[in-house]
Amino acid sequence: MGVTTAMEWLGSCSGCEIAILNIGEDLIPIITEVLDIVHAPVLMDHKYFGQCGEGVTLTIPEAVVGIVTGGVSNHEHLEVLEEMREKCTVLIALGTCATHGGIPALMNGQDRQESWEGIFSTETTDPGAKIPTIEVPAPLDRVYACDEKVKIDMQLPGCPPNPALIAEVIMSLVEGRDPVLPGKSVCDTCPTKREGKGAVDKVKRFITNVDFVPGAAIDEMRCLLEQGYLCLGPVTAAGCAKRGAPSCISARVPCRGCFGPVRKDGNQLLDMMNALASNGIDYKSVIDRRSILRFSGAHGKLRPLKKRVGEEK
Amino acid sequence: MGKVINIAPVTRIEGHAKIAIHLNDDGNVQDAFLHIQSLRGFEKFIEGRPAEEVPRIVNRICGICPWMHHLASNKAVDGAFGVTPTETGHKLREMCQVMAHINDKILHFFFLAAPDFVLGPDADYSVRNVIGVVKAAPELATKVVKMRQLGQMMLDKFAGKAIHPIAGVVGGFAKPMVEEERKELLEGTRTLLDFSLYALDYAIENVFNKYMDVIGELGVIHTGFLGTVDRKDGALRLYDGKQRLMKADGSYVDFEGDQYTNYLGEHVEPWGYSKMPYAKSWNEGFDMNLAAPKGIYRSNTLARINVCDKISTPKAQAALEAFRSSFGRPAQQTLLYHYARLIEMVYACERTIELLEWEGITDPNVRAKVEPKAGRGVGIVEAPRGTLIHDYTTDENGCITKANLIVGTTHNIAPMNMSVKQAATTLIKDGVYNEGLLNQVEMAVRAYDP
Repeated sequence: MGVTTAMEWLGSCSGCEIAILNIGEDLIPIITEVLDIVHAPVLMDHKYFGQCGEGVTLTIPEAVVGIVTGGVSNHEHLEVLEEMREKCTVLIALGTCATHGGIPALMNGQDRQESWEGIFSTETTDPGAKIPTIEVPAPLDRVYACDEKVKIDMQLPGCPPNPALIAEVIMSLVEGRDPVLPGKSVCDTCPTKREGKGAVDKVKRFITNVDFVPGAAIDEMRCLLEQGYLCLGPVTAAGCAKRGAPSCISARVPCRGCFGPVRKDGNQLLDMMNALASNGIDYKSVIDRRSILRFSGAHGKLRPLKKRVGEEK
Repeated sequence: MGKVINIAPVTRIEGHAKIAIHLNDDGNVQDAFLHIQSLRGFEKFIEGRPAEEVPRIVNRICGICPWMHHLASNKAVDGAFGVTPTETGHKLREMCQVMAHINDKILHFFFLAAPDFVLGPDADYSVRNVIGVVKAAPELATKVVKMRQLGQMMLDKFAGKAIHPIAGVVGGFAKPMVEEERKELLEGTRTLLDFSLYALDYAIENVFNKYMDVIGELGVIHTGFLGTVDRKDGALRLYDGKQRLMKADGSYVDFEGDQYTNYLGEHVEPWGYSKMPYAKSWNEGFDMNLAAPKGIYRSNTLARINVCDKISTPKAQAALEAFRSSFGRPAQQTLLYHYARLIEMVYACERTIELLEWEGITDPNVRAKVEPKAGRGVGIVEAPRGTLIHDYTTDENGCITKANLIVGTTHNIAPMNMSVKQAATTLIKDGVYNEGLLNQVEMAVRAYDP
C-alpha cells in the first residue's frame, strides 16, 4: 500500500493539478502504487461532510502527505487549510499562489471591497446587483500565502510548478531523503549570451519580438536584459527550465518572475530595482513597477495604494 | 422543516462548487442549488497594467484552459491598440488554441467523467476515479495518459509553456515555427487524430449506447445555445468567427463579437459568486423555471455542435452527421455534452493538421508592429467550456482602464442549476437517496465540465 496522501486546492486555478498530471507516464505508478490518495477533490469523490452530506464538521481523512495548492483568500480556504494541517504529517505548499500569493494576490494592491463592488456593476451585469453573501464563503481581509496561516513543511513554487520537481519531492518523501531542488536564480539556469554591460539605460516594453535567429539554439541569443527588455530572471527562483533553458526564454519571451523570489523572503520588486540601478538602467523606465510583485504579493508585500499620494512620484 | 443534503465539494470538476438539495417534510425536493464558491477579481486587478502584459496575467484565471484566456486577451489587446496580427501570427495562435482543446477533451472525458461510466455511477467512491480506471482498464488508461502527455508536451516544447502560456503576443506570436518543429508537430497530431477517432468509437460503444436511457433523462432541460461559427459558411469555429445565439426552437441570430453587450446580460443571485449570463436580446428576462425557462442558453461543446451548420473537416463532419441523425438539432440531452466533446476533439485534431499543412505557417513574419494607445478591444474565442469574452479599454499609455470578462463556464451556471434541480427532483423521492443517486446528480454537473 502506498503512502497516504491528501490533496486540496484553495484559491487556485487548477494549473498546479495539471502540472501534476504532466508528470506523464510516471504518474500511473505514482498514483496507483507509490501514493494512496485518500482525498483530492479534482480526482476523487471523498466529501467533506460524509458521502451522503449529512455531517456537520468539515472532515478530511488523516494522511502522511498533504499537498495544498492556491492561496488563502476566504474563510473556507482557511478552514480547509487548517484541517489539512491537522490531518497531514508533512504539509507541502505547491505552486506560487500557495508559497507567495501568486497572481490572485494582485488583489492585495487594491481596495477589495471597492473592487468587488465594481465587479458586480459592469456594463453587462444587471443593474442593482449586489455582492453575493448567501451560502458563499466570506472573504478574508487580503490574500495570504499558506505559511502565513499554518506551518508548512515544504515549499515548491512555480506557476505552474515543474512536473519533474513535483515528482522529485514526492519520491524524496517516500524514500525518506531530502529532495534535490534548484536553489539558484532563473539567470543562473539561463544559457543566453551575456556580453556585459552595454548601452542600455532604459528598459523597453515587450511590444516587439526579441532579437534571435529562428531555430537557432538558445545560447546563440543575447540575454534579454542586455537586449533592453525587462526580464525578472535575476530576482526569480530557478526551477522552470525543462529543455536546457528557462521556459519563457525558450519561447523567446522575457521572464516575469512566476517562481517567486530567489530567497523565500526576498522582495522581487526591491531586488529588481537594485539590479537595474547597479547596471546603470533607469528604474523609472519600468512602466507599472508594482506589477513586478505580481507573483509574490502575499506576506504584506503588495498593499493598496494610499489615496491622494501619487504612485511612485 | 425539511433537511438539506450538502454535496461538498462537487468533485471531479475543475473549480470550487457545492450542491445543496433542500427536501421538504415529505422528503421530496423543494429546491436545489449549485453554489459557486470562489471569486478572485481579475477584472479589477488588471486595471492599471500595461495591456500587453495582461495576456500573461489572465491566463491564471484557469490552469486547465489558460490558452483560451491568453488568446482572447491577446485579441482584445490587438483591438484596443488597433493592430491586425500578421497572417502567420494569427494562425500560430489558432494552432495552439485548437491543440489545447485536444488535451482538454482527453482530460475531461477520460480523467474526470469516464469513471462514472467505466466503473458505473454506483461504484464505491474510493474506486470511482481515474485510479480505479487505471486498475480496471490498464491498457486504455496507459494509452490515454500517453496521448494527453503527447499533446501537452508538443505545446510545451513549441511554445515554451503549455500551462500559463506566454508565446501569444499583441500583434501575433513571439517566435516563428521552423520546419523541423512543423514536421514533429504534424506527426504528433496525426497520432492524436487516430486516438480521437478511437476515443469516439470507444465512447459510442461503451458509453453512449450503453447509457442511452440515462442520457435520455439525467439533467435534461430545454434551453437555447451560444457558439461561434464561420462568418461565411456557418461552420464550427473555435478561434475566430461570428457569434450565433440559438433559441430552443432552433431559430437563431448571428452577431459580431464586439456587439455582445446588445445580446448578453449577466444576472446575479445572492447565493453564488459566479454571475449568470443570459440572452438579454430575447427580452424575456431571466428565469430558471424548469418548465418555462427565460433567457437561458447553454455554451460549451453541445452548444457549438448545435449552432454550427457543419464542420469544415471531413471526419468530424461525418461524426456530426451521425450525431444529428440520432439526436436532431438542437439536441437538448445534457449528457450529450460528452458526445459533442469527442466530435470536437476530432475536429481539433483535423484543424491542427490543416494549419500545420498551410504553406505560410513557417513564415518568419509572426508579429505586426505594435504601438500602445487608447482604445477598446473585444477578444472572443471558444474555450472548451464556452464562449470566452475579454473586453478591455486602454488609456493613451496603453494601460488598462476598464475590463469586462465573461468566462466560458459562467454561461452554463444557470443551466447547471437547472440540471441539478431536474436530476435531484427525478432521483430523490420520499426521502430515499444514497451515495450512488447523489453521484448521479453530480454527473449532471460534470457533463458541463465546469
